[in-house]
Amino acid sequence: MSITGILTATLIIGAIGLFIGLFLGAAAIKFKVQVDEKEEAVLAALPGNNCGGCGYPGCSGLAAAIAKGEAAVNACPVGGEAVGKTISGIMGVEAEESVHKVAFVHCKGDCGKTTLDYEYTGIEDCRMLSFVPGGGPKSCNYGCLGFGSCVKVCPFDAIHVENGIAVVDREKCRACGKCVEVCPKNLISLVPYDAKHIVACSSKDKGPVTMKACTTGCIGCGLCKKVCPADAVTIENFHAVIDQDKCTGCGACKEKCPKDAII
Amino acid sequence: MWDSVKDLLVILIASSLINNVILSQFFGLCPFLGVSKKTSTAAGMGAAVIFVITLSTAVTGAIYKYVLKPLDVTYLQTIVFILVIAALVQFVEMFLKKFVVSLYEALGVYLPLITTNCAVLGVAITNVQKEYGIGVGIVNGFATAAGFTIVIVILAGLREKMEHNDVPEAFKGMPIVLLTAGLMAIAFCGFSGLL
Repeated sequence: MSITGILTATLIIGAIGLFIGLFLGAAAIKFKVQVDEKEEAVLAALPGNNCGGCGYPGCSGLAAAIAKGEAAVNACPVGGEAVGKTISGIMGVEAEESVHKVAFVHCKGDCGKTTLDYEYTGIEDCRMLSFVPGGGPKSCNYGCLGFGSCVKVCPFDAIHVENGIAVVDREKCRACGKCVEVCPKNLISLVPYDAKHIVACSSKDKGPVTMKACTTGCIGCGLCKKVCPADAVTIENFHAVIDQDKCTGCGACKEKCPKDAII
Repeated sequence: MWDSVKDLLVILIASSLINNVILSQFFGLCPFLGVSKKTSTAAGMGAAVIFVITLSTAVTGAIYKYVLKPLDVTYLQTIVFILVIAALVQFVEMFLKKFVVSLYEALGVYLPLITTNCAVLGVAITNVQKEYGIGVGIVNGFATAAGFTIVIVILAGLREKMEHNDVPEAFKGMPIVLLTAGLMAIAFCGFSGLL
């Protein structure tokens, strides 16, 4: 092909592209649809990182739903209370009380506290590891695998693997719930930001089994339950659970715990 | 006069049933498999495809005849058609949003999806290869899109029925759909005796 051929082709495509661009640009102005003012204002108030944590396709989807009144004004888990208040101002509705939540990894069995049954060399992804024997190389079958599937999925850079377990940065976490969903061990849950004490273990094994696997695992001894003045602790499946609504934050359970599993 | 009407009828039947865009040309398979879970959505997708293909065959036919042919650059047809179709779908979306909101909402997400549907480009290029004029090209485009709609709605109906059937474990999901599509293709072979 001669150089003129190349030039003609470029010119023609360029001209068509230019024409289409101008045409579409003009059409966009001519056919501009008046979007609901509220919807635009709501969209501006939302964080805009399209994480999908609310269950709608991106922030614009949620903005449309809020403007129509289909979604609650504080439906954005990322923006939390502040954004909820702004939007309730726009919509003229009272925001229901929303609790500032953060993700919490219910495991503190890091490299120093638990042992490895075997050496794992393979794909570094927790979801993969849940298929290998014993549910991963760690001796505890419930513990954090530490391969960071939650780290990869976090849109806010708020979760990191430190010394073999995932740790949430409470200030950066926006409680979008992506890590909760991805963790194959179901270790992560959303807890109130101001929760005083949480059981940082998920082991549902019997006491002696947990004891063997990890030096800081909850063995379900029930001392915390006995010592709690507010009756906030229950033992289910050899594992203590603190009811955050009842917890007064006295700290008796944390002091009494022989395995230091409560923080 | 009657001859040309007869020709158009032949094109209508041939493009919609005999050379069906999905079952014998294998264009537009992704919406065929992806949007055929429910009859209502399948019909919506079909309507959107008819709308866009009929329009795009008119526009691409005109561009081929009045721009590419006189300038002797017909080898640019593929890239130009892609450009034009994408822009056209965008424009149609804007136009509908402004003036025919009900249709815009009915077509919903399927309209932008068609931008990258190979059936649309396939019809435009077939028209050029068969040297159809603009008018005949539009008829061919409409017939092809109608064939697409017929087939996708039939498959959606079959899939709805299959929901309640006891499908063997290994065939659950996509495999049984592909098998169904294959059987439909064989059934549509029966139309080849029509003309």
